[in-house]
Amino acid sequence: MKQDNAIEIHNLNVCVDDQRILKNINLQIPSHKITVLLGPSGCGKTTLLRSLNRLTDLYKELKVTGQIFIDGEDILKPRNDIYEIRQKMGLLSQKPYPLPLSIYKNVTYGIKLKGVKDKKLLDYNVEKRLQEVGLWDEVKDRLHSSPDTLSIGQQQRLCLARGLAVKPRLILADEPTSALDPHSSKTIEDLFKKLKDQYTIVVVTHILRQAKRLADHAVFMHFGEVIEQGSPDEMFSNPQSPELKKYLIDGN
Amino acid sequence: MRRRKRIEELFFKILTGLACYSLILVLGYIILIIFKKGINMLTLDMIITAPTGGYYYGGEGGVLNAIMGSLYIAIGATVIAMIFGVPAALFINSHLQHKPRMQGFIRYLLDALWGIPSIVYGAFGFMVMIMMGMSASLLAGIITVAFLITPIVIRTFDEVLCTIPRGLHEAALSLGSTRTQLAFKVLWKQGFSGFITAVLLAFGRGIGDAASVLFTAGYTDLVPQYLDEPAATLPLAIFFQLGSPIPEVRNRAYAAGIILTVIVLIISVSARLMSRKFSKTNLN
Ligand SMILES: Nc1ncnc2c1ncn2[C@@H]1O[C@H](COP(=O)(O)OP(=O)(O)O)[C@@H](O)[C@H]1O
Ligand SMILES: [Mg+2]
Repeated sequence: MKQDNAIEIHNLNVCVDDQRILKNINLQIPSHKITVLLGPSGCGKTTLLRSLNRLTDLYKELKVTGQIFIDGEDILKPRNDIYEIRQKMGLLSQKPYPLPLSIYKNVTYGIKLKGVKDKKLLDYNVEKRLQEVGLWDEVKDRLHSSPDTLSIGQQQRLCLARGLAVKPRLILADEPTSALDPHSSKTIEDLFKKLKDQYTIVVVTHILRQAKRLADHAVFMHFGEVIEQGSPDEMFSNPQSPELKKYLIDGN
Repeated sequence: MRRRKRIEELFFKILTGLACYSLILVLGYIILIIFKKGINMLTLDMIITAPTGGYYYGGEGGVLNAIMGSLYIAIGATVIAMIFGVPAALFINSHLQHKPRMQGFIRYLLDALWGIPSIVYGAFGFMVMIMMGMSASLLAGIITVAFLITPIVIRTFDEVLCTIPRGLHEAALSLGSTRTQLAFKVLWKQGFSGFITAVLLAFGRGIGDAASVLFTAGYTDLVPQYLDEPAATLPLAIFFQLGSPIPEVRNRAYAAGIILTVIVLIISVSARLMSRKFSKTNLN
């Protein structure tokens, strides 16, 4: 495995009954860059992202075959420390799902699972992570109240902070701005650009403009297949496949 | 055309409104009758004393024996139902989450158990009691009522748990939770109001049910002190007094009915308030 790839996917197939949702995906995701998975709705982006932290386990009907190497080990091998593997990645979903706990405890949830109990360390983490996502000043006076009082955009940033707290290597984001207003969306996008120095980020989107704004590496998917990938400048200015050409026209 | 729509709208408004308000009317009428017949007999003695010798002929005394018996049985059974029901409901919604067929089967079974008439539970409890060499007692009553209300606790709690969005499951798991941690740290908190509703419903059913305690709890004029003593219950107290030829005693049955209704109301109102309070502040 090359050092500069955070994830290597080999021959990944996901099927439901006799329908193939993902078809022979071969993909390298470079470290410390933002990789954008772009494609129309229903092309399998979410499924691909779910495969990366084995949330596909939650759906018995999904048959996953192939290999996904993260840190040199194949995470698809049946094994019981999937919980550790999942802590290597923070997940951001389409809608924020704060845990039914206080703001403070949302951030410490993952750390506590790791066995950290020291109050000072927890306090330190809460402040640091919330500052990282630019939420500290907004919530520092109500750390122990429910996240329900936060706006959707703030909740999404809380979810990001909560994910960062377990010290992941990767951030997986599934259309993270689709429920947000333009201003909050921009905040999240700016955060990703800032965070990519420390993390490898995979962002799923169906919004072409967002892909152009964010991507260091772009992957275009269509009907469960990776059609094209490469640097966004090249790909979007000079598309090779008819599918991407059509998508670019429709998207603009 | 517009006229027709208006008439149609009015017609269905009246129809649905009638259905709704007649229900409230009937309920109000029931409560009114019980209070009208029973309120004169509802003295303090009725609540704080056990029957004396001549009670069933109109003599001194009250139904403290039945109040305490009913409370003991309902509380005991609800505690047992919680101990088994809460983990069961959490299990169905965490470890079985990716096995929808098994989930469906278990839910179907529990619904079937919920639908079994309580006299059948009574007969079953009676049989178990005999098999274990016990006699009609507080304990036998508690166990039988626990059988009756455990499916209610599980399914009511479960109904709320299964509305918790998949995204929250995924969020908790992606932070590294095991399914058990998901169940006890996240689903439990998120579904807490469902838990309260479940307990309340089960308690109400347990305290008001006559058939399940008919053979198993026995009847006595004494307030039970130990688990192996027989226990009186409010539903049976009402039943026995209603069968009396003396009008005064029959009215006492209605007074006991008021007591039972008020207990259930207090429990349900306070549980609702608690649930509301907890869902706001239960953030630890
Ligand atoms: N658990 C599942 N069972 C059946 N079909 C599924 C399941 N998950 C996803 N699919 C199907 O796979 C396809 C891709 O879905 P998804 O990965 O959510 O696409 P995207 O995120 O790109 O919109 C869709 O056609 C969807 O219906
Ligand atoms: Mg999707």
